[in-house]
Amino acid sequence: MVTTEKPDYKVVGTRPIRHDGVDKVIGRAEYGADIRLPGMLPGAVLRSPHAHARILGIDTSRAEAHPGVRAVVTSADFPSRQGEEGEVGRADNVLAHDKVLYVGHAVAAVAAVDLHTAEDALDLIDVQYEVLPHVMDVRDAMLDGAPILDEKLRTANPDGSQGDTPTNVAQHIRYEKGDVEAGFAAADLVIEREYGTTMAHQGYIEPHNSTAYWSKDDEVTIWTSTQGLFAVRDAVAGMLGLPVKSVKVEPVEIGGGFGGKIPDYLSAPAALLSRKTGKPVQLTMSRKDVLEATGPTSGTHLRVKIGAKRDGTFTAMQAWMAYEAGGYPGSPMGAGTMCVFAPYDCENQLIDGYDVILNKPKTAAYRAPGAPASEYGAECVIDELAEALDRDPLELRMQNSATEGTQRADGFTYGPIGHEECLQAAQDSPHYQSELSGANRGRGVASGFWFNIGFETSMAAQVQADGTVPLVMGAVDIGGSRASAAMQLAEALGIAAEDVKPHIVDTDSVGFTFLTGGSRTAFANGWAAYECAMDIRRQLEERAATIWDCAGEDVSYGDDGVIRGPNDEDGAAQEFSFKELAAELPNTGGGIVGRADVSKTSHGPAFATHIVDVEVDPETGKVEILRYTAIQDAGTAIHPSYVEGQMQGGASQGIGMALNEEYIWDEKGRMVNSSLLDYRMPTALDLPMIDTIIVEVPNPGHPYGVRGVGEVPIVPPAPALHAAIYDAIGERMRMLPMSPTRILERTLPDDD
Amino acid sequence: MQELRYAKVGSVDDAVAALQEGGPTARVLAGGTDIIVQARARARDIDLLVDVKGIDEVMQLSFDADGGLTVGAATPCYQIYGDAAVREHYPALIDCTTLIGGTGIQGRASLGGNLCNSSPSGDSLPVMYVLEATAELAGPGGRRTVPAEDFCTGPGRNVMQPGEFLVSLHFPPPAPNSGAAFLRFIPRNEMDIAVVNAATQLRFDGDAVSWARVSIGATAPTPLLVPEAAAALVGRPLSDESIAAAAAASKAAARPIADMRGSIKQRKHLAAVYTQRTIAIAADRARG
Repeated sequence: MVTTEKPDYKVVGTRPIRHDGVDKVIGRAEYGADIRLPGMLPGAVLRSPHAHARILGIDTSRAEAHPGVRAVVTSADFPSRQGEEGEVGRADNVLAHDKVLYVGHAVAAVAAVDLHTAEDALDLIDVQYEVLPHVMDVRDAMLDGAPILDEKLRTANPDGSQGDTPTNVAQHIRYEKGDVEAGFAAADLVIEREYGTTMAHQGYIEPHNSTAYWSKDDEVTIWTSTQGLFAVRDAVAGMLGLPVKSVKVEPVEIGGGFGGKIPDYLSAPAALLSRKTGKPVQLTMSRKDVLEATGPTSGTHLRVKIGAKRDGTFTAMQAWMAYEAGGYPGSPMGAGTMCVFAPYDCENQLIDGYDVILNKPKTAAYRAPGAPASEYGAECVIDELAEALDRDPLELRMQNSATEGTQRADGFTYGPIGHEECLQAAQDSPHYQSELSGANRGRGVASGFWFNIGFETSMAAQVQADGTVPLVMGAVDIGGSRASAAMQLAEALGIAAEDVKPHIVDTDSVGFTFLTGGSRTAFANGWAAYECAMDIRRQLEERAATIWDCAGEDVSYGDDGVIRGPNDEDGAAQEFSFKELAAELPNTGGGIVGRADVSKTSHGPAFATHIVDVEVDPETGKVEILRYTAIQDAGTAIHPSYVEGQMQGGASQGIGMALNEEYIWDEKGRMVNSSLLDYRMPTALDLPMIDTIIVEVPNPGHPYGVRGVGEVPIVPPAPALHAAIYDAIGERMRMLPMSPTRILERTLPDDD
Repeated sequence: MQELRYAKVGSVDDAVAALQEGGPTARVLAGGTDIIVQARARARDIDLLVDVKGIDEVMQLSFDADGGLTVGAATPCYQIYGDAAVREHYPALIDCTTLIGGTGIQGRASLGGNLCNSSPSGDSLPVMYVLEATAELAGPGGRRTVPAEDFCTGPGRNVMQPGEFLVSLHFPPPAPNSGAAFLRFIPRNEMDIAVVNAATQLRFDGDAVSWARVSIGATAPTPLLVPEAAAALVGRPLSDESIAAAAAASKAAARPIADMRGSIKQRKHLAAVYTQRTIAIAADRARG
């Protein structure tokens, strides 16, 4: 670990066993598909076979007449189709209304006595389609004359105006800083390149599931694998036209999300089926459903142009980026445009981004949404600049790095950030200092940026008479956030992490908490835990003052967990340990609850630099990763093992997108590789141990300096691999994934 | 998955009877690593699964130096690669049985299932071809024997008639001074279907190759024997030139499709690369 000076923490920075670990190891942890309720009916979802079609009619009568079928629902069963239209629940995406916009788009759902019957009954639903021309490439979708998905859509322009003709371009964003033309004119060298990335899925191991029970008094309870209990509650209430108080979402464990379990697909149909049947209904997805009908990240087309002086100074940076949104607007283009040049300080920048709908599944968040694509383009051009200028690629990045005070093109000005520290740690690392030799081997480096976010978090912690502290929270734990919240509470109370018992509770049992995403949870939970602890400390000070019969201000709660009062009548020091004072609670007015509702905007940006060595088999085009080192500024690593795990996991997913993962479509717009056999995520045999170096440049906007760590490590792998493959075989691969097929198609002679 | 019936049979005759009675929607269940997946995906219309794992002959594994190796159609991969005689005499079978699926799959998956699935990319098929394996079928009309290379007729199609099923595979004893090898190309290091696979068997008389068989997979509707590749090797010592000629013959014989697993150009090229690579390993093994 590379650490700047930090306080002498007792719990923060240690590696206790995670509180929820045993349940997961022994299989006791309960996931959504484990839910079994009395009378529960399984269900199945009918999905569109067409990439683009108008629904002329749906006749469910034959299915409903099947003896085993208990209910069928379609979009007509929504009380209105004016429900939640945000990223979490979009009624038209959950059950298609007038059109299907991609293969796999849900059209109807069936509940039946068993799953086989439900699946069989799907064949009995008669949907009359008028098949329409479809469009699958983001550039084609932007052309005049392209098939139009939504006749009402008009482009939202950067100046706030709206386009006046039907289009697939939902939004055009522009960020401008300085004068790029002047900047390019002042450059000694300008490099402009085009890049492409393909749609890629988060690949969480647990498929989506939801179980819903609509009681006779119109109270709806939902058990679902989601990143946001409150997000699902609000979206489902919106789609079902119910008051928020009538929907309760119960916590279950989540088997991975990475952003893809922010949207909810199954809860509203399950609830509608439950209303019709009076029974709880469970819907689960197959892997094919997950790949075809949930939200992967966008494929993109990018043009990136950077100018530099002979001394290496960047004089101008320009990017043009088109993001596939899928069937409905809302790609991560906005974040992509803000991230593209975020690690660098350059006076002249012009960034254009386009959010484009086309006949693919509606994209969702995926780990640093939008950033892996845009920063891939920028980092690849920087690698070419380093080569052309004969400069070490880390050194060239260091020369142009953003630092405290640098303003991004979107206007944000950085506080203390750690990009330079990451670059230096990379430069000093045993990996970068090592020699790489051998034929067809190469080394690459790249940096990455992600914002991290804050938002609302609520918590309550109660002090028990034995000195243990149950802690309830509303943020779903994906990356170890129960442990990190417990540790930060323990640190603030001066007690052991093991004395805190963190729980995630249902939406009626804790205050509103934003979803788990944006690398916010360790940051925001930490703030909430800290404020809970401060609330507890205040109350314990008052109890001690009562016992010692002194003024409250004469009692102080130390960070060591010792509560000190004035000397007694004999002049002896009076103090309680946390446990001693806790034991006095029943006699001094009962238990204590510390509460916090926070919504902080003082999150700190994250930067990372990765180094990779590869060997390319020139006869097969296969890339083997020989060595990989991920360096990242965590601010403060609360539980270093989980920080390292996030860095390794992010790098693994980035490597997957870089080398083999892609959506492959046939001419009818059907995904042909909708299984984990042919949607090729890296396996354990495809990756070396990913070495990690945690850099700690504390975030001054957090009591323990936390920045958030989950997302940024997915950003550098693709450009680092691009550079390494070039170093190995002399080919610049500008289309992801850099699969053996693409590499051979590039390197083999035409007549081969 | 659709609802279906399951029948476990204890003899070849019972299996034939059950399959006849079940008609076209009855299928044999051996390890189930293909058929269960197909049933789940509703890729095949199946009403009856006839489990043949209770038939001794279908689960056998026996070797003798004169007669060769007999492998029951449902004998799982792990038993094959765990067998000392197979390891000593048929290393090419070790090559393929150890890389079909993962450890869990290898506990169920069988050579017979791989052959009956008749996929162009089946990883044990090129090995059967070059080892001159024969398939023993039982059916309403009795038993018959089919050379492995004549078994498949297209993707998922083969010579088996209604009511017929595969009982066992027979591999002749290895000739003196012979060696065989199998390799496949996959984009990852596990969990993939071959983009191209290949197997070679060589026999030597002194320095010269006296007999050869080369087979490539995933390059045509069925795995291919490439006699032109064998001809390029036979009658002379192995040389860079003869190996290159054999590789070129495989490339010329390959008539692949482009799909999600590979392009035409890539597959033709890999047919040559893997022919060359398996020749080298087979030669090493032949020379001990």
